[in-house]
Amino acid sequence: MDSTFLTDRAAITVGTVFYAAGLLYGCLSLLLRRRHSRIGGYALMALGWLVQTYGLFLRGEATHSCPIGNKFEVLQFVAWSCTLLYLFLGPVFRTSLFGFFSAGMAVLLGVLSLAVPAWDAAARARPFGNDPVVAFHASLALFSYGVLALLALTSLMYLLQHRNLRRKRLDGPFSLLPSIVELDHINLRLLTVGVALLALALGVAVVHWHGDRDAVVPAKFVATVAVWVCYAVALMQRLRQRWIAQRFAWVGLLLFLAPLFSLWIVNAPRRTPTAPVTEPASERAP
Amino acid sequence: MTRPTPNLLFLGVSHRNTPLALRERFALPPDRAAALAAALRGDPALAELCLLNTCNRVELYAVTSRLDAAAALAETFCRIQAIEPALLAAHALELRGADAVGHLFAVAAGLDSQMVGEAEILGQVKDAFAAAQSAGHLGPVLNRVFQKAFQAAKLIRSETAIGEGQVSVATVAVALAEKIFGRLRDSRVLIVGAGDIAEKTAKALRSRDAGALTFTNRTAVKAEELAREFSGAALPFAELGAGLPRFDIVVSSTAAPDPIITLPMVYAAMHARASRPLFLIDLALPRDIEPGAAELPNVFLYNLDDLARLAAENVEHRRAELARARGILDQRAAATWGKLASPPA
Repeated sequence: MDSTFLTDRAAITVGTVFYAAGLLYGCLSLLLRRRHSRIGGYALMALGWLVQTYGLFLRGEATHSCPIGNKFEVLQFVAWSCTLLYLFLGPVFRTSLFGFFSAGMAVLLGVLSLAVPAWDAAARARPFGNDPVVAFHASLALFSYGVLALLALTSLMYLLQHRNLRRKRLDGPFSLLPSIVELDHINLRLLTVGVALLALALGVAVVHWHGDRDAVVPAKFVATVAVWVCYAVALMQRLRQRWIAQRFAWVGLLLFLAPLFSLWIVNAPRRTPTAPVTEPASERAP
Repeated sequence: MTRPTPNLLFLGVSHRNTPLALRERFALPPDRAAALAAALRGDPALAELCLLNTCNRVELYAVTSRLDAAAALAETFCRIQAIEPALLAAHALELRGADAVGHLFAVAAGLDSQMVGEAEILGQVKDAFAAAQSAGHLGPVLNRVFQKAFQAAKLIRSETAIGEGQVSVATVAVALAEKIFGRLRDSRVLIVGAGDIAEKTAKALRSRDAGALTFTNRTAVKAEELAREFSGAALPFAELGAGLPRFDIVVSSTAAPDPIITLPMVYAAMHARASRPLFLIDLALPRDIEPGAAELPNVFLYNLDDLARLAAENVEHRRAELARARGILDQRAAATWGKLASPPA
C-alpha cells in the first residue's frame, strides 16, 4: 500500500534521520562535556521509532506479512527491535550513554540498509506464504537478533570503560560511561534473554519442520542453530565463571557478526510456491 | 513615590586575602558569633544583617542607613574578637551594592572557595541565611539577594562543569571505585594501615554508602579503634593474604618499607574471586602493593601519583569553567541589584 503522506521507504528514512539527530545530540553533549537531559535523546529515539514503525507497517501491509522479506527490511527490523528494547530497557537500567550507543546502532543499521538500493530492489509478497507460524518464527528470531545487537552495544560500552580504567584516563568523552560491574550484569541479562528468544524461535521452527519439511531451508536452519550454539556456549562459559567479564564482552561484541552474516543466508529465497518476487511497496504505482 | 537605593554593605575576611594563621584569629567560635550578632542588633543603623562564619571566611552582609556603617561594624567585630583594628583593616574586604551581591553569588556558587566548585559552601551559606532569618535579622533586601544567590548557585552547577570531578585523593579513589562497581553498597572494603589518609578514604567511602569496612594494621589496637569508629570489623594483620579474596576494594597506606601485598597474593586472590574485579588503591610511599599486580586481568591498581594526577586534571577542568561561570553570575548579580536599586514604576 502506498501512502499519500509518506511512502514506506521515506518514512523509514525519516526514522533514521531522527535516530541520527539523537546521536548528534549525544555527540554534542559529550564534546561539550555537559551533562544532558536523557529526555531529549530519548524523545528523538522514540520519534524515530514511531516513524520507522509507520514505514515498516506500510511495508507489512503491502506484503501482508512481517516486513522481513529482503536484506533492507531485515536490517531495518533488527534496528527497530534494538530501539524498541532501548525504549523499554533504557529507563529501567538508567544507564548513562545507553541511548547514545543505541542511537549509534540504529543509525549504523539504518544507513547501511539505505545505502545499498539493491538490497531493497525486490520485496517478496507474502515471503512466508500464508503460514503465520513461519512468520512468528522469523520475527521472533530477528527480535532476538535485536537483543543480541543491544548486547554488542553494551559490550562495547564495557570494553571502553575497561580500557579507560586500565589506562587511567577518565577525562575523555566517555567519562560518563556506567560502571563495568553494572555493564557486565546487563550483558549477562541481555545474553540470557537473547539465547532464550532464539531458542524459542528455533523451537517453533523445529515443530513446524515436522509438519512440513519443505517449508524450512536447511541452510537457514543450520545458520540460525549455529548462531544460537555460539551464544549458548558463551552464556554457559559466563555462568560457570570460566570467562572473566572482559572476555565475555569481547565475545558479545564480536559474536554479533555471526547473526549479521547469518542474515544473508537466512534471507535466501524460500522454497515456497507462494513467494513471487515483486517490487518494494514504495516503488509500486498507487 | 520612589524607593531609595538600599545601602548594602559587605565586610569580610577569607582565604583570598588572609593567611591561615590570621584566619584562626578572625574565626568566630559559636559563642562569640552570637555575641557579635547581639551587639550588632543593638545598632539602630543596621536594618538587616547576615553573618557567614566558616573555616575559610568570616563575612558580614548588612543593610544600613549610614554610609560609614562599615567602620562601626569593624569596630564591633574587633572589640568582640579582641583584635587590633589595624589588623582587620589590612586584610578585610569591603564591598557595596552590586559588588557585594556579586561577591555573595560567587561565594554561594563555590567560585570563591579554596577548592573551586566545592558544594559544601552552599549549605553553609544556607545555614547562615536560616540562622539570620530565625533571629529576625533579615529584611526584604538580604532576603531577596540570598534567595537569588541560591538560585544562581544551582544554575551554575547545572549549566557549567564547575562542580564536576573529584579533587582530593580520597574522593577520586571513591569515584574510581564507583566506575568499577557502580553502587558501593554491596562492595566489601579492606583498609590496610591506620594513618590519616586511610581514615579520610574510609570516610569518603562511607559517605558513598560503601558496604562493610574492614580494617587491618600491624598494631591491632589501631585497627580495632578504626573499626569501632566506622562500625566495621578488624582483621588480624597476619590474615591479610588469606582474607584478600573476600574484598572488592583494598586501600593500603602503611609505612612499610617493602610491599605488603605481593603479586602472588593478588594472583591467588584473583584465582579465588572468579570473575569479580579487584580495585587496589595504594596510597603509601614507598608503595605497599607490588606494581606487577596491575597487569593481572580484572585488577585495577592505582597509586598515589595516579590519584593525584586525576585530582589535578579535575581541578584544571573546573578552572577552565571559571570564566563562563563568572560571566553567568555577573549577569545574574547585576540583574538582581538592578531590581533592588531601581525605583518602582
